[in-house]
Order: sequence, then structure tokens, then C-alpha cells
Amino acid sequence: MPTTLAKLKRGERGVIIDVSSIHIPLKLLEMGCLPGNFVELVQVAPFADPMYLNINGTHLAIRKETAIHILIDIIL
Amino acid sequence: MSKQINVALIGNPNTGKTSVFNALTGLNQKVGNYPGITVEKKEGICKLPRGVKAHIIDLPGTYSLNASSVDENVVIELLLNKNDKDFPDVAVVVSDVENLKRNLLLFTQIKDLEIPTILVINMSDRMKYKGISLDLNILEERLKTKIALVSTRKRQGIEELKELISSYKELSVEPCMHASEIDQPYFDGLRKAFPNQLLYKLWLVITQDVNFGKTDRNEIDPVAEFKTKSKSDLKRLQQKETIKRYQFINDTLKIGQTIDLSTAKDLRIKFDRILTHKVWGYVIFFIILLTIFQAIYDWSSVPMDFIDGAFASLSEWVKNALPQGAFTDLLAEGIIPGLSGIVIFIPQIAFLFLFISVLEESGYMSRVVFLMDRVMRRFGLSGKSVVPLISGTACAIPAIMATRNIESWKERLITILVTPFTTCSARLPVYLIIISLVIPQGRIFGLGYQALTLMLLYLIGFGAALISAMILNKILKIKSKTFFVVEMPNYKWPLFRNVTLTVIEKTKSFVFGAGKIILAISIILWFLASYGPGDDFNNAEEIVTAQFASESLDDDALQQQIASYKLEHSFIGITGRAIEPAIRPLGYDWKIGIAIVSSFAAREVFVGTLATIYSVGSDDEDTIKNRMAGEVNPILGGPLFNFASGISLLLFYAFAMQCMSTLAVVKKETNTWKWPMLQLVLMSGFAYVVALIAYQLLK
Repeated sequence: MPTTLAKLKRGERGVIIDVSSIHIPLKLLEMGCLPGNFVELVQVAPFADPMYLNINGTHLAIRKETAIHILIDIIL
Repeated sequence: MSKQINVALIGNPNTGKTSVFNALTGLNQKVGNYPGITVEKKEGICKLPRGVKAHIIDLPGTYSLNASSVDENVVIELLLNKNDKDFPDVAVVVSDVENLKRNLLLFTQIKDLEIPTILVINMSDRMKYKGISLDLNILEERLKTKIALVSTRKRQGIEELKELISSYKELSVEPCMHASEIDQPYFDGLRKAFPNQLLYKLWLVITQDVNFGKTDRNEIDPVAEFKTKSKSDLKRLQQKETIKRYQFINDTLKIGQTIDLSTAKDLRIKFDRILTHKVWGYVIFFIILLTIFQAIYDWSSVPMDFIDGAFASLSEWVKNALPQGAFTDLLAEGIIPGLSGIVIFIPQIAFLFLFISVLEESGYMSRVVFLMDRVMRRFGLSGKSVVPLISGTACAIPAIMATRNIESWKERLITILVTPFTTCSARLPVYLIIISLVIPQGRIFGLGYQALTLMLLYLIGFGAALISAMILNKILKIKSKTFFVVEMPNYKWPLFRNVTLTVIEKTKSFVFGAGKIILAISIILWFLASYGPGDDFNNAEEIVTAQFASESLDDDALQQQIASYKLEHSFIGITGRAIEPAIRPLGYDWKIGIAIVSSFAAREVFVGTLATIYSVGSDDEDTIKNRMAGEVNPILGGPLFNFASGISLLLFYAFAMQCMSTLAVVKKETNTWKWPMLQLVLMSGFAYVVALIAYQLLK
């Protein structure tokens, strides 16, 4: 069942399925946030925002407002 | 003699590009600005084998050739302009062995520009540790390049890199993939419309306007037979391009790189579990800040006292050693006291930049951004605003330049506007000297009153920045797309060489930049204080002698009276008296008034100005502080610098916008005089009101 990246919990892994929303900056794609790549939540700041992610080996932080536009499948 | 080779260093942020630059050029480097913009331009010279010289330029870090900031745009502007004198004969793309996949994206784009390109795989010392092995032959063949495996930490591979640069003519200029396959009909049309241009260059120029509407180009006007695309279509194509490039990179690395995860060790997770923790993360950040401030004051007080004393003796020595005359006076009373007001900063500036560069080099700064983003957003700022606000404690100028990586224009503008409130190092001498004059020495809970006052002033600075940010956030109606992407690099032990070079470079530019202003102002002030119009000034000796004829004053006391009479009737005295009514309600006399007016050029001028004014006509060797302590309030009697006027001055300096260089940088960064003028008027007006209230309540 596809869900958004914002729903990912710490320690869970997901696979990215869609990043075509216009709210997603190109820079994020360039850093490896692309369909088919695995994503893992490393750490969250208070109120779960921003999110510290590991996307295919690249570690980066994004805000929840961006994460809700990234569609993923959660795999365990 | 052979011609110099132009080399451009290009790479993602956090790949150690600057370390490679430092390793190649050593101290043969200079930092300047690109014409018209405040982006730092680092260049250096490197000697290559066989007597060839390379001119190396360290371009700003960028993730791709699709610019989203002024810094990144510099890279594209250079690579697209064959006529630029810095246009590279060879591009050196620096990558980090742990992030090769992501770093290669930029590499494939540069290859498409058909520039001879070398790939540096940096941090190769970490390969074993991370379980990475590379097949360089396969990679070189697939990527159509030469690879230098470099470790700047272990100083390996630099000679091989120099060798590759010097034989750059043998490099292939063939692209390693075909990006145009993402939309063949579109690119075929483009090629037909502009047959003489490089296809990828055209594509970059077209998409540049989408990302970054600044470049103005006439060469690619829409031509009849070529159908343009809408912005959203172009953006979709860029996404496709990125995916296409990653496909190629994945295919290449699948055969050229193996990662044995079982041998890979990762300290990152362990560190981040604590350093980015919901509670401990903040506690540690606060402790680090406290340590930094404590260290700066404790460690730098010794050299500062030494410098203060040394300049006082130097002044005295000049007076005695050189023949009497206007030049000696100018030197001893104008230039030397003025210079001491700047040299005295060096220890603190150096320490501050030392800490900031260690925090940045180690990768900790990104964690601070992560931790603080949510908190800062409440004030209309971004987590990335923390870096400018912290580096603002050194100097607002680099701090304002550091706002460039804030993606949202509104958040960036607010950060720029409020950063000058943070207590920069130029305020320090003013604070230190006034605190030592008006705050008693006692202690409470083991903490000195004086240290606490200083800490309080820093808090007031940050508080003012945050509160005004909140107000600006409510008032400013700017719609801007906000997005926030911050890379969390691996923790690294800071390289001694990089840290030292940063500290030397920043201190030097501060001293020379501010030094020029201070020197000029000191000389002007000395002239204005040493000469005056009319009979009152020229006949001072007779007037004063006649005035005190009935009292039997000794010679010294009489000379003192003459000197102060002269000062009062000099140009500066007349100006000072003219503005005195405006500042008297704040508890200042006209001498402080002059110091305040002159410190609108730069705050640190305050101490130097008072030093110059007080030393004109006085013979005794004394430190600035003792002279200030001896000043008497002309109306009320008692020391001029007392608790009320001291607090009033401290608050005035905490809030007032007194720095021409900052205003100039704000103008450059915001492209209008509107914002710097707003800062000047509002901040200084507020400072006046607060200082007035403080003095009236406390006196």
C-alpha cells in the first residue's frame, strides 16, 4: 500500500515510488531521492520535523512538508 | 615558456574539494570576489611536473549544473563562457569515495560540456574502513576519463593528480552518456535550430532560466522552427534527465565498484544517536556554545592585555625617539592609537574563526541545522539561519554571505535583516572596555559580574534578532517557495591544514579590511582634533594663560588646561558640541558623541577614536582604559563613564546598526538599498530610544 514518506517511522525502511510532485525540488532528486531507491528514517527532531533520512546511502534532512509529497512503499 | 594551464576544481559540497585545493596550492592562494557579486573566489598557483604552471580556481560547491543559488550559478557561468579568462583547459571533478554515486551526477554533466575532465576520488583512505573496492580501469573506460585516487588526509595521490593535469591534452572530451535520449524529438529540433552550438550547453541555458531567472542571454532567442516548452514540461524533462543520469551511474558502478557491507563500519549512527537526540542534542549544543564563549574570553585576555600595553609603550617611544613635529604627533597620537584599536581584536577573531571552522569541517554544523530548524521556523527563520547567527558573533559580513544556502527567499531575507543584531566581534572592544569601567568586580555563584554582563549582552543580541525576525515574519508579505534540503555529511576529524588556512585567511581579511577604515578615520580625526578655526584655537595659549594668571598653576597643570581648551575649539570640538544636545540625554559628552558618529563607519572605531581624542595633547604613557576612567563629566562632575552612562552606551551599541561594510553587503545580497537603509534607520533609532530610557532610569 503506497503511503507518504512523512509516515515512515524510525527504523523502518521504504522504497520510493513517486517523486513527480512539483513540490519536490530538483535538488532532492539530484541527491538520490529517485523511484526505486531505498529510504530509511535515521532520526527525527522534536515534532517529527525535520526528518533525517538515509536515501540509498546519502544522508540528508528534509522538512515534513516536503516528505508528504514523496510516495513510498514501506517494506520491513 | 609554456602557457599557464587553467584548472577548475568542481565538486559537490563536503567532498573535500577545498582540501584538494589547499594540497595543490598551499599558501600560493588568494581569496577575492567575483566581479559584482559577493561570492568568494579562491584561486591559486600550482607547479606541475616539467616546469608547467597551473592556475587553479576552486569553484563553489554544487550538486549539479542546475543552479539554485548565486554561488552555484558562478560554476555554470564560467563553464558556459568560453571567452572567460578563467575558462578551464581542464576540469577536475572532486568526489568522495563514500558518495561516489551522488558525486558522479555532476561529473556526467560536465563531461557533456566536452571539457577535458579528470575525476578525483578523494578520501581514499576510508575505502578499506568502508569495505569499498574500485576497479579503476573499468571506471576510467566507462566514464571516459582519467581517475586520480587521492587522500588529502594522508597526502597521497596529489603528485599523480598533478601529472594528470599536466598531460590534460590526452584526455577524452567525449560525453560518457547520451542525455538527449530523454526526449529525442525535442533535442533534434534544438540541434537543428542552433547547429553551431553544443547541445548540452543549449539545454543548460534553457533550463537555467527556469531554475534561476538571472541569466540574460540573447543568443538563444526562440527561433521559428524550434518549439519551446512550458516551464513545468522543462522541469519534468530535468527530472527525467536526472533519472537517466543515475541509471547510467548505477550501471557503471555495478561493475566498477563493490561494497562489502560486512566490513563497513559506521560511527555516524552512534554519534548521531546522541548528537541529534531530542534532548541530549540540544544540551550538547548549548554546552559547546558555552565552552566556545568561555574559551574565547579566557584565552584571549592575555594577548589582548599585552597588545594594549605594547601599543601604549610604542606611542610613548615614538614621541621620545623622533624629533618633535606634526608628523611625530600624527604617528603617536593618530595612527598608533588607531591601529591598536584593530590589532587588539586579532586574538578573539582568530579563536572565533577557529571554532567555527572546526564545527563546519567536522560535519557538526549540519546537525545543528537539523536540530534548530523547527525552533527557528517559529521565528520565520530556517535551521540554516543558525549558521549565520552563530558566525555573526565573529562578523556579520561573512554571516550574511553564509545565508546563500537558505533556499526560501523570505527566510533568507529575514536572516539577513536580523543577523546584525548578533554581537559581532567589533562590538567586543567597546563592551569589554565599558564593562571594565562601570561594572564592579564582584562574583555571584562563582561567576564574575563582568562576565555575566557580557553573556547577557550576547543574549540580548540573539533575543533582539529572534524577536525582530518574528515581527518581520508577520509583516513581510513575500510568497516564496520554501524547501529545505540539507546534507548530513559523515563526521570527520577536521584537517589541521584547512582550519589553519581558514583562520589565517579570515583574520587577515578582517584586519586589512577594517584596518584601512580605522587608519583613515584615525588620521582624519587627528587632523580635526589638532587644528581649529579662528582665534580661539590659534591663541589658546595666551587665552588660557591669561585666564589662570591669578591662580598659581604649575607648568604641567597649565599645559593640561591649554590642551583641553585647544581640543574644545578644534574642528572636532566644534562638531562635537554641535551634536551634544542630541546625546546629552543619553549621558554622553561630546567626545563620546564623536566616537559614536565615527563608529557608524565601523563599531570598533569607537575605542580607537576615544584613544585618539584623549591622546591628542597628553604626554603621559597610559592605556586607553585609564584615560577613559579619568574623564570627568563636565556638568555633573564625577566620572563620565559611570553605571548609568555605561549601561546606556552598552545598549546603544547592542542595537545600533553601525557598520558601513555590513550595509554594503546587505545591499549586494538583496540588490536594493531599501533593506540596508531600513536596517540603519530602525536599528539605530531603536538603539537611541533604549539608551535614552536606560540612562534616564538609572541616573
